[in-house]
Amino acid sequence: MPSKPESPSRRVFLRQSLTAVPAVTLLGPGALAAPTAAAAPTAAAADYAPRYFTQPEWDFIKAAVDRLIPSDADGPGAVELGVPEFLDREMEGAYGHGGYWYMQGPFVPDTPPTLGYQLRYTPREFYRAGIAAVDAWCKGQHGKHFAELTPEQRDDVLHQLEKNQIQLKDVPAGMFFSQLLTNTKEGYFSDPMYGGNKQMGSWKLIGFPGARADFADWSEQPGKPYPFGPASIRGDKT
Amino acid sequence: MTRMKPVDVVIVGFGWTGAILGMELAEEGVNVLALERGSYQDTSPDWIYPNIADELAYGIRGKLFQPLSRETVTIRHALSETAVPYRQYGSFLFGNNVGGAGTHWNGQHYRPSPEDMAFESHIRQRYGAKFMPSDMQIQDYGVSYDELEPFLDQFEYLCGTSGQAGNLNGTIQDGGNPFEGVRKRAYPNPPVATTYGAQLFADAAKSLGHHPFPQPASNASRPYTNPYGVRLGPCNLCGYCERFGCYMYSKASPQTTILPVLMRRSNFELRTNSHVIKVNLDSTGKKATGVTYIDAQGREVEQPADLVIVAAFQMHNVRLMLLSGIGTPYDPNTGKGVIGKNYAYQMMSSMSLFFDQDTHINPFIGAGAGGSQIVDEFNSDHFDHGPYGFVGGAYILGGQTGGRPIQQLAVPPGTPGWGSAWKRAARDSYRHTLSMQTHGSVMAYRDRYLDLDPTYKDAYGQPLLRITFDWHDNEYKMSRYVTDRMLEIAGALNPKPKQQSVTIRQSGDHYDIRQYQTTHTTGGVIMGKDPQTSALNRFQQSWDVPNVFVTGASAFPQNLGYNPTGLIGGLTYWAAKAIRETYLKNPGPMVQS
Repeated sequence: MPSKPESPSRRVFLRQSLTAVPAVTLLGPGALAAPTAAAAPTAAAADYAPRYFTQPEWDFIKAAVDRLIPSDADGPGAVELGVPEFLDREMEGAYGHGGYWYMQGPFVPDTPPTLGYQLRYTPREFYRAGIAAVDAWCKGQHGKHFAELTPEQRDDVLHQLEKNQIQLKDVPAGMFFSQLLTNTKEGYFSDPMYGGNKQMGSWKLIGFPGARADFADWSEQPGKPYPFGPASIRGDKT
Repeated sequence: MTRMKPVDVVIVGFGWTGAILGMELAEEGVNVLALERGSYQDTSPDWIYPNIADELAYGIRGKLFQPLSRETVTIRHALSETAVPYRQYGSFLFGNNVGGAGTHWNGQHYRPSPEDMAFESHIRQRYGAKFMPSDMQIQDYGVSYDELEPFLDQFEYLCGTSGQAGNLNGTIQDGGNPFEGVRKRAYPNPPVATTYGAQLFADAAKSLGHHPFPQPASNASRPYTNPYGVRLGPCNLCGYCERFGCYMYSKASPQTTILPVLMRRSNFELRTNSHVIKVNLDSTGKKATGVTYIDAQGREVEQPADLVIVAAFQMHNVRLMLLSGIGTPYDPNTGKGVIGKNYAYQMMSSMSLFFDQDTHINPFIGAGAGGSQIVDEFNSDHFDHGPYGFVGGAYILGGQTGGRPIQQLAVPPGTPGWGSAWKRAARDSYRHTLSMQTHGSVMAYRDRYLDLDPTYKDAYGQPLLRITFDWHDNEYKMSRYVTDRMLEIAGALNPKPKQQSVTIRQSGDHYDIRQYQTTHTTGGVIMGKDPQTSALNRFQQSWDVPNVFVTGASAFPQNLGYNPTGLIGGLTYWAAKAIRETYLKNPGPMVQS
């Protein structure tokens, strides 16, 4: 019968968390709101060799997520935090292979959108087909692949995909954009152990404490700024 | 086919109602076998800290959800359309493994209002039969609130529910819900501490003359030992409730309230990885002989039993009844037949309110239910509907269940969905956003129902369940009315938000399965007073095959404005008492048709 909810690892974690309290408190709540871009590493994706994406696809992914969540003076962007690595790892897992989805036919892709995803692509197939289609469109339109376009041109292509204004071969543009944006935000905000959100950069940016998951005392201090930086599942803290 | 040794009782599905009936009937001394298609899971090692604090694995990919790759449902909006599969999770979430959806619920634990239990009679008496549209086919449960009260209470004391009584033996209590039915004793635990956002909401509601109260929470506010002797720990508002198991042993689930005792009983057996495909009937079709299931190795196994309890999730109960040929399938053209009838859902609207940088809402400090505040003035029939032309209602909630950033981060209206402007808005909004929502009822209609899909099949080759559902005018009107009341509360907030966004389903909007709404799907094997119009009698016993009972929200004749788990638990204890004291002594119909 459960009577002692704390596991040893939790006790260790809490002890470690507590040792961090004085230093954080000295900085005061304003420290959380400060831009963190200066302290963040750059080009985190450079060290990672993709397993699923081919080189042209990898170039596309980096060029696309860099515009979806850019690095700027406000804080780190998707490339900086390793979102391309996250995406590549997802493609190799059960999710990428469509393991979470019902994938039996018949498929009726022209179903009203309110009835949900009805394509026969698994996520990894969807990315492969979608990237090829966007690159082909860019080649036809601009004479260059997507990754070779200027940031402004890439933004323009992404806007057109989002609004479903581009006819792509075999891929509904809006759905492909939506898939890419959804997964990019997942990689940006999920625990760093999945490859994105390196050094918990996105959590620091918004002020999410991550896996601290213990607010017994803070629930009784309504309206006070929360002073502690984030913790990850593997126990990293800032 | 392998044939197993007969048992007295077989239970199909091992979530909340399966665990309650397993416990209650094992106490009666009969041999009870529960069949669960998933595997075993418990607080430790499955939901330990910090592994559980993983939004991607649990909240987004759905580690505790039933894999749709093996079995899903199909959906269409109207009778004339072809249904397509629910291929990815969106609108509602099925459970999986021991505990089912009872492991990843939020702990929002309500009782029905007294009028909810006899809703058709109540509406007809107060407003006249013509007040209801001709295609609305709402019904009474056949059991009254007063009859059910001791069992609603029993489930609250099992769960260690935290809350403030509103109506104790007929005396209205300060700080509780003045609209609730009479309760004979207070909640077993005091409310969980109110979060800051919820307090702002409650203050605003009070200034308008409403009676906000702490949401009843099966997130224990203090250490608690329930009547079975199982101990729950205090909730620390960690923000990982819905979609997660509770590492603090605070959120009531079968694991934290029943299983530590039940699993030790010698006359109880749990068989996991056992997927029931059919309830077997004898040659008369009036008596169940047991069930057939597919075991972990893929073999078909026959399990004889004297009593069969169908205790899976609402939709799975309906599907198993249809696959087994128990009762007459509902026909939406004639209105005849009962299995699949009166499928209903719930209608929500929501708001995000964005404050300046000095107002720290801290959304990550949250519990599934604890810490939120509720206004119930516009739910059920708590107000005169006469001038408004709809029936039903919604409660209004202010507060937060957690601030997990992939799913729960909101940005102000007009913000682009990506790029630098989105990122800046995410940074500036995250800690300063208050959420409100309305949680509303959906009535039953002639053309909204469940049957077997003619095309799509599960991993075992059996037809999927088909949902035919879309919103009706009554619900658009209900949602508009209660959302306007929520907007009034938002207008009375102090400090004032800088911006706000509202999500509401407008007249003509189709049901959108891509957006999570609630997992509170109901109906299909409904209880009632008449075998012509219901599948089960007032004790949740099949009219057609009296040694089959069906438990869960499949029994609701229409959907109420509250979260269903409190009523599901109460009805299950009500049925358990009838089985223990009446049925087992004299097996057969407990209500003469």
